[in-house]
Amino acid sequence: MKKEIRLMKGNEAMAEAAILAGVDAYFGYPITPQSEIIEYLMSANTAERTGMQVLQAESEIAAINMVYGAAGCGKRALTSSSSPGISLKMEGISYMAGAELPCVIVNVVRAGPGLATIQPSQSDYFQAVKGGGHGDYKLIVLAPSTVQESVDFIRLAFDLAFKYRNPVMILSDGIIGQMMEKVELFDQQPRLSEAPEWATTGKKPGEKSTVITSLHLESEDMEQVNLRLQAKYREVEKHEVRFESYRCEDAEVLFVAFGSSARIARKAMDLARAKGIRAGLLRPITLFPFPVEEVRRLAGQVSGMLTVEMNAGQMVEDVRLAVNGRTPVEHFGRFGGMIPGPDEILVALEARLEEWYKEQPAQTE
Amino acid sequence: MAEQSIISPENLVYKKTDVMTDRELHYCPGCGHGTAHRMLAEAIDELGIQSETIGVAPVGCSVLAYYYLNVDMQEAAHGRAPAVATGIKRVFPEKYVFTYQGDGDLAAIGTAETIHACNRGENILIVFINNGIYGMTGGQMAPTTLPGMKSSTCPMGRDVLTMGNPLKITELVAQLPGTYYVTRQSVHTPGNARKAKRAMKKALEYQKENKGACLVEVVSNCPSGWKMNPVDSNKWMEENMFPFYQLGDIKVPGKGLVSDGKNGS
Repeated sequence: MKKEIRLMKGNEAMAEAAILAGVDAYFGYPITPQSEIIEYLMSANTAERTGMQVLQAESEIAAINMVYGAAGCGKRALTSSSSPGISLKMEGISYMAGAELPCVIVNVVRAGPGLATIQPSQSDYFQAVKGGGHGDYKLIVLAPSTVQESVDFIRLAFDLAFKYRNPVMILSDGIIGQMMEKVELFDQQPRLSEAPEWATTGKKPGEKSTVITSLHLESEDMEQVNLRLQAKYREVEKHEVRFESYRCEDAEVLFVAFGSSARIARKAMDLARAKGIRAGLLRPITLFPFPVEEVRRLAGQVSGMLTVEMNAGQMVEDVRLAVNGRTPVEHFGRFGGMIPGPDEILVALEARLEEWYKEQPAQTE
Repeated sequence: MAEQSIISPENLVYKKTDVMTDRELHYCPGCGHGTAHRMLAEAIDELGIQSETIGVAPVGCSVLAYYYLNVDMQEAAHGRAPAVATGIKRVFPEKYVFTYQGDGDLAAIGTAETIHACNRGENILIVFINNGIYGMTGGQMAPTTLPGMKSSTCPMGRDVLTMGNPLKITELVAQLPGTYYVTRQSVHTPGNARKAKRAMKKALEYQKENKGACLVEVVSNCPSGWKMNPVDSNKWMEENMFPFYQLGDIKVPGKGLVSDGKNGS
C-alpha cells in the first residue's frame, strides 16, 4: 500500500510522530523555535487518539522531572525544548542517566551562549554529546538532517532508550524544526501495554518494593554503578553507530558534517566535484556513539578533513580524536544563528587544499 | 503464666505495619521523621492501598525514605518531587501518589514545583516535614527558620531584614483553588501522631475521589540541628514553633479556608 506523503513542518512532524510512535506522555514548556511541538500535541486530541497525556509544565525543570516520574513508571515519556531550556533540563537528564530511565529529549537548537538568538545553530553539540549535566554519563544522540529523519528518529529514539534504559536526545536545530518538507509517516504504533520489571507500578504482594534512584552513598557501590554505566556505553558504541557517506569511495578530501550543516556541505561537495576536486561527505547520524571507526578508516584515504558546523568548532574535536593526527582536520563554522552557504564552504576548502596536498599528496588513480 | 503463652494473636495489641520495612532508621535519636514515616505507613496500611501506592522521596534527611516505606518509590532531585509525582499521577491516575518532603526541599528550592502542582490540583498527597532547618547538610538556615533562630548560616540568629522572613508555604498553597485539604499537624505526642495519621488517611481518601492536591504539614523537631536533646527540642518546638506555625486545619473540604495564617506571625 502506498503511504501518504505529507508536507509538514519539522516540529509538527515530530509531534505527530510522537503520537504515532505510541508515546505515553509529553511534558514541555514553550520556547522558540520549538513551540509548535507542544502546540501541535495540545490540539491533536491525543487523549482520544491514543490516550497520550500532554501537559504544559511550569518550567523546563518541572517538565523533565515529570518525564522522570512517568519514565519511572515504565512509560514512554517525551520532552522537547531549545538550547536555554535544555540547559535547565540538565539536572533532570543527569538524574535520569543515573537512575537509568529511558526517555527522549528533543533539542531544536538555537544559538548561544545565554539568551542569544532564536536563530538556528549547532552550538549544543558539546552539551549533548559530552555530558552537559554533572557526572560521568552519556546520552545517545541522534542528529536528523531532514524532516523525514526527525519523524523516523522519534521511534528509533524510544527503541534505543528502552533497549539501553538510557535517555536519548534528538539534536535537531532551528532549520529542521521550522522548515517544511515532504514526509512519509509510519503507521500508528500501540502504546506500551506492559510495564518493564524495573518500573514503579505499585509493590506486588510478597515481592520487594521497586525503587528508582540514582543515590548510592557508599563509594564502592557508586563505583560499581559507574562501571555498569560505562559498560553499557561501550555496548552502545559497539552496536548503535549510524552514519551516512556521500561519494566517499574515491574521495581525496572529506567534509564531515551533521544535521542541517550536512545538507549545505553536500551542496558544497557537489560544487567541489564540478571543479574537479574529489570531495566526499561523511554525515554522522549518531553523535554518540560517534562513527570513530569510519572516520579513522577515511583518515587513511583522504588528504584532509573539513568539518562544517554551525558552531565555533565542537564536533571537530571528536573527528580529531578519531583521526589521531593521521591527516589534517580543520573546522569551518558560522555561528550566532548565521547559516553558512555552499560557496563559502567551498572557499574554505580550497584555501586548505594546497597545504593538505603538500603534506599528503592526493592519490592519483 | 509463662511469658510465651501470652504471645498469641488474640492478645496482640500492637504490630508494626508491613508498610514499614525492618530496616534500622538512620535518623538521629528523637527525630520526628521516624514517627511521621510510621503514621504515613499506617495510613496506607489501614486503607489497604500498599500495592497501589507510589511515593516520591526528596533530597534531605528523608532522602532514604524508600529504605523504610515499603512501597514502590522514586527518588527525586532536590525540590522536584511534586513534578515527579505529577508525571507518575498523569500516567497512573488510578494509583495513590504521595511526596514526602522537608522544608528546604519543598519551600525553598522546590517552591515553584510545590505551588504549581498544588495550583493544577494534581491529585497527590504532599507530606511536608517542617523542622525549620536543613538537617542533612548540617543545620543551615531553612526557608522556615524562625526570626532570631540560630543555624550554621545564621549563627547570630535569623535577621529578617537581611535574610528574609520565614515562609508559611502551607497557608500560601491553601489559597490556591487546586488544593482541597491543607492541614498542619505534629507527631511529638501519641495524640498528635494519631491526628497526623488521620489527616494523611483523609488526604489519601480524597485522592481516590480526585479532589485535588492535599498537603499535610508536620511541624517537627531537629535535635541535632537545633543542638538540643530530644526532650528539650520538643519543648522548644511547643514554645517557639507552634505559636508561629499553629497546628490545625487550614483548608477543609466544604468549608474552604478555616485559618488565615496570621496567627502567630
